[in-house]
Amino acid sequence: MKPPPFTYHRAGEVEEALDLLAEAGADGKVLAGGQSLVPMLNMRLTAPATLVDINPLRDLAHVRVENGGGPARVRVGATARHTDVERDAAAFAVLPLLRQALEHVAHPTIRNRGTTVGSLVHADPAGEMTAVLALLDGSVELRSTGGTRVVTASDFFVGPLESCVRHDELATSAFFPVPEGLTGSAWLEVARRHGDYAVCGVGTLVTLDDDLRVSAVRASYVSVGATPVVLDLGDAVVGRSFDAADWPAAGRLAAGRLQPEGDIHATAAYRQHLAGVLTARALARAADAAVERTKP
Amino acid sequence: MTTTSAREPLHQVSLVVNGVPRAAAVPARRLLSDFLRHDLGLTGTHVGCEHGVCGACTVLVDGRPMRSCLQFAVSAVGAEITTVEGCRAADGGLGPVQQAFQDCHGLQCGFCTPGFVTTITAYLEEQEQPSAEQAREAIAGNLCRCTGYQNIVAAVQRAAELRRPARPDADGAER
Repeated sequence: MKPPPFTYHRAGEVEEALDLLAEAGADGKVLAGGQSLVPMLNMRLTAPATLVDINPLRDLAHVRVENGGGPARVRVGATARHTDVERDAAAFAVLPLLRQALEHVAHPTIRNRGTTVGSLVHADPAGEMTAVLALLDGSVELRSTGGTRVVTASDFFVGPLESCVRHDELATSAFFPVPEGLTGSAWLEVARRHGDYAVCGVGTLVTLDDDLRVSAVRASYVSVGATPVVLDLGDAVVGRSFDAADWPAAGRLAAGRLQPEGDIHATAAYRQHLAGVLTARALARAADAAVERTKP
Repeated sequence: MTTTSAREPLHQVSLVVNGVPRAAAVPARRLLSDFLRHDLGLTGTHVGCEHGVCGACTVLVDGRPMRSCLQFAVSAVGAEITTVEGCRAADGGLGPVQQAFQDCHGLQCGFCTPGFVTTITAYLEEQEQPSAEQAREAIAGNLCRCTGYQNIVAAVQRAAELRRPARPDADGAER
């Protein structure tokens, strides 16, 4: 249970990190919070030749609400800890879903070190923030010595534990767009033990029109697919008043569209049932949250 | 702890532990937990699972509780670390959290206790009067195989009482 040897580089500047990654090649790996990487190293499931430590890059520790020039969004830098995002009052005010989901990410002690951007790059199918980025149609900024590109969530997550980040690239920021209109959100999940990986987790967005009728409904799931699964569930409830919408029908619609796999923790059928039930509850909760926003 | 290959380069790690500047030259792969125990001789920090699940190795890094088995000593250069040895009272006696564990019988074998003491010490800085439910949430990331947790939850609330300066001898802890 000790990590294998590696060459260690401490990056003092972003440009230095990019040079080091380019130099390290395919055997190089970024060390951010390390809350997924270090256990994998300890168990010797991975053995990169070089680690580039980006923790000194405090310029990338920001959590910022950006309003200028386009729709509002929350920008999270590469070295911002989960805890920094979870506690950011301005981010919570515009995008409560971030805190709602982060409260389910492992334990506070892990969130104190782990980074939100790092968990996106890690692309664990059980990772809450992957589903949040997908639900919001967010994106990730990737920098290398060759330039900068911004990849949307739908292209970013390639497979289980696989994102599109090239070995010479550093994910410098993630962008979480603020949903437009009167939108509420919720996150619900069921795990075998508090703080453990979810058997199934769901994030929901419900948008209401001026008459408090449902105009848009989306849900995103963890632990039911290789990558985050996003569903538009509008067919079941759009046009209905927020308090007369048949949320269980939307849950059944979702369950019918999901094809989870069974494993040691749950059968496929149980997971599918769970997804439907959690969806109905999370949609009702998100609708209530949207109505709350109309109150001063 | 891994034996160091003669060819493995060493990194000078200087940091502050429990208010005292400390330094040692270690390989990059030295976990902070092993650095504290083996290189600095601070064996109060216990090592259980070494993959972040049990919480026994929890220390405070710049005031925040973190798993010392999930970071490298070399990443902690310049940090201020508090271990269980730093959670004692100024006069060298038991600190409030340690005293509360004794009062409430919050430990049996004691292996997990250092992780609980550091976690709870940091938690009470933020939440001075936790409910039983909040106390339970605060310690959810630490595993104990002896106590069944009831007495540890009681100890969190007892420690909160002991920390309150206006009522240093209050004994009305909810049990």
